[in-house]
Amino acid sequence: MDLNDRRDHLAFREEVQRFLRDYKDQAPTESAHTYRLLPRPYSEKVKNWQRLLVERGYAARNVPKAYGGVGAEPDILKNRIIADEFFAAGMPQGLYGQGISMLVPTLLEHGTEDQKLEWIGPTIRGEIMWCQGYSEPNSGSDLASLQTSAAEDGDDFIINGSKIWTSSAHIAPMIFALIRTEPDASKYQGISYMIFPMDLPGIDVRPLQTMTGHPSFNEVFFTDVRVPKTQVVGGRGNGWKVANSTLAHERGMLSNANGSQERLNKIRDLLQKETRDGRLLAENQVLMDRYIGLQARVQSMRLHEMRLLTNAEEGKPPGLQEMICKLVGCELNNQLDALAIDALGEIGVLYDGIPSVEEDGIWQQWYMYDLGLIIGGGTAQIQKNIIAERGLGMPREPRAGKG
Amino acid sequence: MYFGLSEEQLMIQDSFRRSLERSVNLDSIRTVSATEQFMDAALWQELTELGMPALMISEKYGGAGLGLLEAAVVAEEIGRSAAPVPFIGTSVMAPLALDLAGSEDQKATWLPKLASGKTRIGIAFADRASGVRRGSGVTAEDSILNGKTSFALDMGEAEALIVADAEGNLYLVENAARGLAITYLPTIDGTRTTAEITFHNVEAEKLPQGTPDLLHRIVNAGRIAMAAESYGAADDMLRQAVAYAMDRKQFDRIIGSFQAVKHMCAEMAAELQPCRALIWYAAYAFDAEQDDVTLSALLAKSHMDDIGQMIARTATEVHGGMGYTDLLGLHFWFKRIGFNRAQLGGPEKLRQEAALLQGFG
Repeated sequence: MDLNDRRDHLAFREEVQRFLRDYKDQAPTESAHTYRLLPRPYSEKVKNWQRLLVERGYAARNVPKAYGGVGAEPDILKNRIIADEFFAAGMPQGLYGQGISMLVPTLLEHGTEDQKLEWIGPTIRGEIMWCQGYSEPNSGSDLASLQTSAAEDGDDFIINGSKIWTSSAHIAPMIFALIRTEPDASKYQGISYMIFPMDLPGIDVRPLQTMTGHPSFNEVFFTDVRVPKTQVVGGRGNGWKVANSTLAHERGMLSNANGSQERLNKIRDLLQKETRDGRLLAENQVLMDRYIGLQARVQSMRLHEMRLLTNAEEGKPPGLQEMICKLVGCELNNQLDALAIDALGEIGVLYDGIPSVEEDGIWQQWYMYDLGLIIGGGTAQIQKNIIAERGLGMPREPRAGKG
Repeated sequence: MYFGLSEEQLMIQDSFRRSLERSVNLDSIRTVSATEQFMDAALWQELTELGMPALMISEKYGGAGLGLLEAAVVAEEIGRSAAPVPFIGTSVMAPLALDLAGSEDQKATWLPKLASGKTRIGIAFADRASGVRRGSGVTAEDSILNGKTSFALDMGEAEALIVADAEGNLYLVENAARGLAITYLPTIDGTRTTAEITFHNVEAEKLPQGTPDLLHRIVNAGRIAMAAESYGAADDMLRQAVAYAMDRKQFDRIIGSFQAVKHMCAEMAAELQPCRALIWYAAYAFDAEQDDVTLSALLAKSHMDDIGQMIARTATEVHGGMGYTDLLGLHFWFKRIGFNRAQLGGPEKLRQEAALLQGFG
């Protein structure tokens, strides 16, 4: 156990701190998280900041130079140092939309040279926003049962079908999607991973009002949409494998103890500021019992992530320890939001744009959004199956359809 | 940064695990639990040869001079096997108390004896760690002790005890001292002892460097080790639950193939995994004398107490009716976790301390 930085890491940490001091003025006030809560096109300031971060290697740092990154050697601890220092300074980190966090790693792993050259650079600079066309009305947890299909027509595919829960489809110019291209192949072998523009004729996007009141998801309908076969990533019929490598990236993306720590810090400030009957909320022992209980959970996840970092650095394969993160991290955030709402009492139910309200009803928004994350990206129940089956070696659920 | 155990710590873990797997079984746990025996004496001897009581004693006094993280590694293995031997009182807290607060004479007298496993020292800090109960309290005047205290750890066949008075001073008392009465209290957990001690004009030896702050540091160590022990016990209950679910059949299927059962096991694993990092960090913070050691100890034990309770209950449920019987002996782990939860401060008390420590309340 040695929690001090190695010499080169210490120097790197100081470099990041210096950067954050020198460029403080250029940082936008919107963070990647606020864009997730309410998807909208990136502002110029956000894009400029992102470009700067990519240039300095503080975002997408492992992307090779040929594709627009700085091509830094993979060093998971340096990534962590960046995350922690940006967090400590209260500065927005690099964007982590679905294009940057999911498509780019997938292209790096499975894309052709042309695909990499064309898409990775503009995507990591925040110039192109992507949406993900995976789930369908009848294919949620059982994603591989998806039915949106493509018929061959010369060098093109003609796509018909529909997608749902497609975040940002109403604003994203590009989509990466799973399409059934091999009707005769088995359930898992008949799918291709495709990328194409959202303004093609035959694509209809209908925003889906969510419980937060903000459209973040959409339904997307495809009617005879013509896409060249060259838009397949990773080869025809390999889409399930390609998508699973992307889903692994998404699971990592959904849990992050810094996000939980940020919520906890805000709750601490709230408890030390708000009063009821002339007394600080921090004097309420029942609230404090809940607060400290959650503080222990946040601390345990922070430290658990450090343990995972060391494991990854040692080249140990991710196992049970990693599988639990999405389930535990999302649940923890939701519980933190719930505590903040309860601490606020009646004020906690005010919502949206009321100037007198603490942070504009943000806690309710987070509470609902975090519940969405418990469900999205593989529901809590699917996570428990994964933990039991792959982590504890228990029998797999019977799989309908040929695997 | 390296967050994990060192080669040497992994070797300690491995040697204790192998030894305990070999030497502790349901029969030995039952024997100690069901009789007046205070511990498994043969096991104590074996663990002494592995260096258990010498672990935290400095080399100068015949010990190994290791830290609390090593002790936490050992505690985890003791909990995993539900080994009926004393450890946290006599091998973690007592050596620390003597080392930090004792005079040169006291150290030279007691530490080598402790390290060799020939003697044991109980710890009577419950009033300070858990809060003073009605009728409880020890007062000292010129090192003459009067009063009563309960829930002293590791008193069985101990030669002496270390007690904290109301001011947080520390005293060493030989169990044979005149005016001292020891009553063993039956608890749910028969694998370790707890005792009520009354002092009637008992002559004690003050540990001259003792202060409330130092007492606090020793309690921190005890709490962290206690959490590690519960972690080990909970981890083994999860292992037993999964193994049982993979073996037991109903409706022509192993019950582990039912999602209801799988999800209980997954929930236990998900809750338990992060506890280990929490406990390791607290032990590291203790050894490195970090500023956040007290907070870390409070968070580690209170959280582990709650997760331990959840796992003790859920793992028993996975075993169905068999979990409720004495046949499988699963209840020995259940009770060990329940016992630990109440020692050195239960979770609500610890969270209250954590709130005060951070300026709330």
